[in-house]
Amino acid sequence: MAQKAIREADGKAMMARLLTDYTDGKYKIQNRFVSVGPETELKKLPNKYKWLQKEKLVVKPDQLIKRRGKSKLLLLNVDWKEAEKWIRERMNKPITVGTVTGILDHFIVEPFVPHDEKDEYYVAITAQREGDAVLFHHEGGINVGDVDAKAVKLFVPIGETPTAREIETKLLGNVPKERKALIAEFIEGLFKYYADLNYSYLEINPFVVDGEGVTPLDLAAKLDDTADFVSANKWGAIDLPAPFGRMMTREEAYIEELDSKTGASLKLTVLNPEGRVWTMVAGGGASVIYADTITDLGFMEEMANYGEYSGDPNEEFTYLYARTILDLMTRKKNTKGKFLLIGGGIANFTDVANTFRGIIRALREYKKKLQENKVKIYVRRGGPNYKEGLNQMRALGDELGVTIEVYGPETHMTKIVSMALKGDK
Amino acid sequence: MAKKATGKTKTADKKSYELFNRDTQAFIYNMQVNATQRMLDFDYAAGREKPSVAAIVNPTGSESLQKFFYGPKEILVPVYKSLGRAADKHKNVDVLISFASFRSAAKSAEEAFEIPGIRTIVLIAEGIPERQMRLVNAKAKKLGKVIIGPATVGGVKAGAFKIGNTGGTIENIIESKLHRPGSVGFVSKSGGLSNEAYNIISRNTDGLYEGIAIGGDRYPGSTLLDHLLRYEKDPNVKMLVCLGEVGGEDEYAIVDALKAKKITKPLVMWVTGTCSKAFKTEVQFGHAGAKADAEAETADAKNAALKKAGAIVPHSFDDYAEKINETYKALVKKKIITPAPETEAPKIPLDFNKALSAGVIRKPASFISTIADDRGEELMYGKMTISDVFKKDIGVGGVLSTLWFKKLLPPYATKFIDMVIMVTADHGPAVSGAHNTIVAARAGKDLISSLVSGLLCIGPRFGGALDGAAQQFSDALDRGLTPQQFVNSMKQKGANIQGIGHRIKSIHNPDMRVTIIKNYVKKHFKSTALLDYALEVEKITTSKKDNLILNVDGVIGICFVDLLRSEFTKEQADEYIQMGALNGLFVLGRSIGFMGHYLDQKRLKQGLYRHPWDDIAYLTE
Repeated sequence: MAQKAIREADGKAMMARLLTDYTDGKYKIQNRFVSVGPETELKKLPNKYKWLQKEKLVVKPDQLIKRRGKSKLLLLNVDWKEAEKWIRERMNKPITVGTVTGILDHFIVEPFVPHDEKDEYYVAITAQREGDAVLFHHEGGINVGDVDAKAVKLFVPIGETPTAREIETKLLGNVPKERKALIAEFIEGLFKYYADLNYSYLEINPFVVDGEGVTPLDLAAKLDDTADFVSANKWGAIDLPAPFGRMMTREEAYIEELDSKTGASLKLTVLNPEGRVWTMVAGGGASVIYADTITDLGFMEEMANYGEYSGDPNEEFTYLYARTILDLMTRKKNTKGKFLLIGGGIANFTDVANTFRGIIRALREYKKKLQENKVKIYVRRGGPNYKEGLNQMRALGDELGVTIEVYGPETHMTKIVSMALKGDK
Repeated sequence: MAKKATGKTKTADKKSYELFNRDTQAFIYNMQVNATQRMLDFDYAAGREKPSVAAIVNPTGSESLQKFFYGPKEILVPVYKSLGRAADKHKNVDVLISFASFRSAAKSAEEAFEIPGIRTIVLIAEGIPERQMRLVNAKAKKLGKVIIGPATVGGVKAGAFKIGNTGGTIENIIESKLHRPGSVGFVSKSGGLSNEAYNIISRNTDGLYEGIAIGGDRYPGSTLLDHLLRYEKDPNVKMLVCLGEVGGEDEYAIVDALKAKKITKPLVMWVTGTCSKAFKTEVQFGHAGAKADAEAETADAKNAALKKAGAIVPHSFDDYAEKINETYKALVKKKIITPAPETEAPKIPLDFNKALSAGVIRKPASFISTIADDRGEELMYGKMTISDVFKKDIGVGGVLSTLWFKKLLPPYATKFIDMVIMVTADHGPAVSGAHNTIVAARAGKDLISSLVSGLLCIGPRFGGALDGAAQQFSDALDRGLTPQQFVNSMKQKGANIQGIGHRIKSIHNPDMRVTIIKNYVKKHFKSTALLDYALEVEKITTSKKDNLILNVDGVIGICFVDLLRSEFTKEQADEYIQMGALNGLFVLGRSIGFMGHYLDQKRLKQGLYRHPWDDIAYLTE
């Protein structure tokens, strides 16, 4: 639940569909953006979109990758045959952008718009605490550079809408006179569109002005996905893709699915499946502190996962969550042994005994594997029914033949991290 | 606002930096029984004179009074349909704690803005659209209202006022000494961590003065700094403790305040999320706002900046407690803090359900049940889950045997039960029970009344022959009477043998129902001792009169005894007959017919039945 980036093709198609409603029909963007995914049948596209074979085209990956031009991930001014070949060569192939490696699996195809560099402009709207900032620069495009320093800014207090006149005077000082009105009214409409559709970020760099119209060439946007219940109808069917290079493992996807089925929260990110330090921490805040402490003690490389459970998940969900982690951590043995930190602060309303019952069920199931992997378990927790929960954990140690050290609120929350890892290096 | 003559309006007495005191009362928006009870438990432990909840606003309910505990006593808290109504009745209330969902939380804040008396609005919900929240924040600022949240558990002013579920259980509240004030002002984003911090503070200082969790969303209504500045102004707060978080730039506002000397009290602060450098791709932590989009937003950068500006920053969360303790001791040494003598919290009686689940108390149950259980994942009939009931296709007879006799009888027996129900289902509209049902139905009565009116006829004369036959025949057999002796003894008593005789049917014109049952029982039953005996009796009676045959009531009653005696001990079998199990079988079967007659009459729209005078012999002379 936060600000989520959307695909360029979805963003542009939405704009083509709706911007006209926010500009009294004045700005019409043709919906000529084709999204190509791993399932798309390339052969069938020209039949569906006749213009593909009539126009010169632009092809780009559509996976939230920044500065695609600079990474040679941009094909300009080609016909459909070349575009198709380019996509086929890259589809489902790994690629490294900067430090991040990911698989290419989404592309956008759109008409090539021949234009002069001086027709390129930069505009962005971004949400801030007390309003929204509109950033504009008269020299847009891939060489726009540091917009924070260069762009002209207009701050719009929340709840207000800037008029075209205001935009013109505050932002368009460096724009040729004959284009001022056209761009000002475009930005005025764009702002209304941005606000009404619950965007939290919308950048068009560049948009091109030619004659009577405005064409967005490159677009990046984030929606506030908590506004789903307000705006979903207008958004239409859109994707909220994971950041480029963030490939979800089967287990991560499974936990995400579990999370969506409960009012409680279940999160899992696998950092290093061969790491020796695993955590199962209650609480969004506490989980971060445990990860901090592990990092701080020099075990950054050994930290296997980040995750948390909170909001009083029932026994069944904690069982499934714990089982997933135990399965991951006992796949490959390490002669040096492994650590499982079942940590957490003092819960406000999560029933500790209940959630522990689920974890204990999973631990019992993995008894043999825990022994084989030489897993040492450290527990620290407080909150409703914590005494009962801790007692159950203590009793379990003897039953499983696995070291389980158990602590309550009298012990500092992260103390178990140093108790576990001290002397390991 | 003019102060009320009654002196009840303490709101006006509050200083600008004071959101809550021991007289503060709140409205709870949405029916939150547990959170309300937790607030009242806190109030009692803190020795407040009146409860901190003045009323509950429940837009989807109706106006009523809700019962709560106040210590050992019970009190009534009014429930209103709208905030406006509640505010009209309780002018002193200046806090709204809104448990409205993410869909309607912003709306609940808008409603609160309309009420001049409400100064502090707490929004618990997580996932309020950011634009809505920014609008709410801007309006609050304009109107001079304070928002706490969203996505928070709330906060607590020790010994004075507690928001909702803050602090968890009453045991934890007392362990963390939140029932009486200390000297530390605390603020963080996370509600879970603030509870942990209260524990740390209680162990390392004279305790918490006030703690607020501003919530994990990107645009909290009030910021860390807002609350630190309140604590700075409040002379009761001697030291500040704060937990920041990776992402956003709020912590720099604190850096600026430190530099500008707007914060002068010692501040122990740690920004969590130093691990983010370990992650190669971006990781969204538990809170929506916890995401570093720039170097300045990282925890390391923030901690360094805070330290430089004069905050007391630990090396890691591990020595957070030590730093808090050192700072506190220094203040005690300088006599800025003089620890107050410890006050004992009044005991709050243990909640019955909680004590029971903890195994602390026991109580004899008023009721016992051994045949079904609806508490688990799945409904159980005896030891069988409802899905097994269908998987094993045990039928109505199987369900009946499980619930009546606590045993799934073998298929021959359950099939027999099915047959009995089918055979006894109806016997036409003229029999007394059906007639009664029809008369009641035509009098406009409902299904249950009409059915019961028919069932009430079942007894010794109508439907009772099953029971009677079962008892008379098994009694005779058990006493070792020969069939002839039995017939003779009944004749001597001048009594009819129950289950023998039919109005029309005879030995030459047998009743098909009897034939079907007899054949089935002969073929499938393990023992037919009583049936064989009864057939011997029938031979004697029919030799006297053609129609003195074993009738349907008799054959069912007698075969049922054979069945029970094959599957249970004789004592158990006799006990079931005595308890009326056989009668029950007839009631069950015939109910099908009675309801059929009821529906039939309704379908035919039959009017009220009045018995004709000419059919009644009036002999009043």
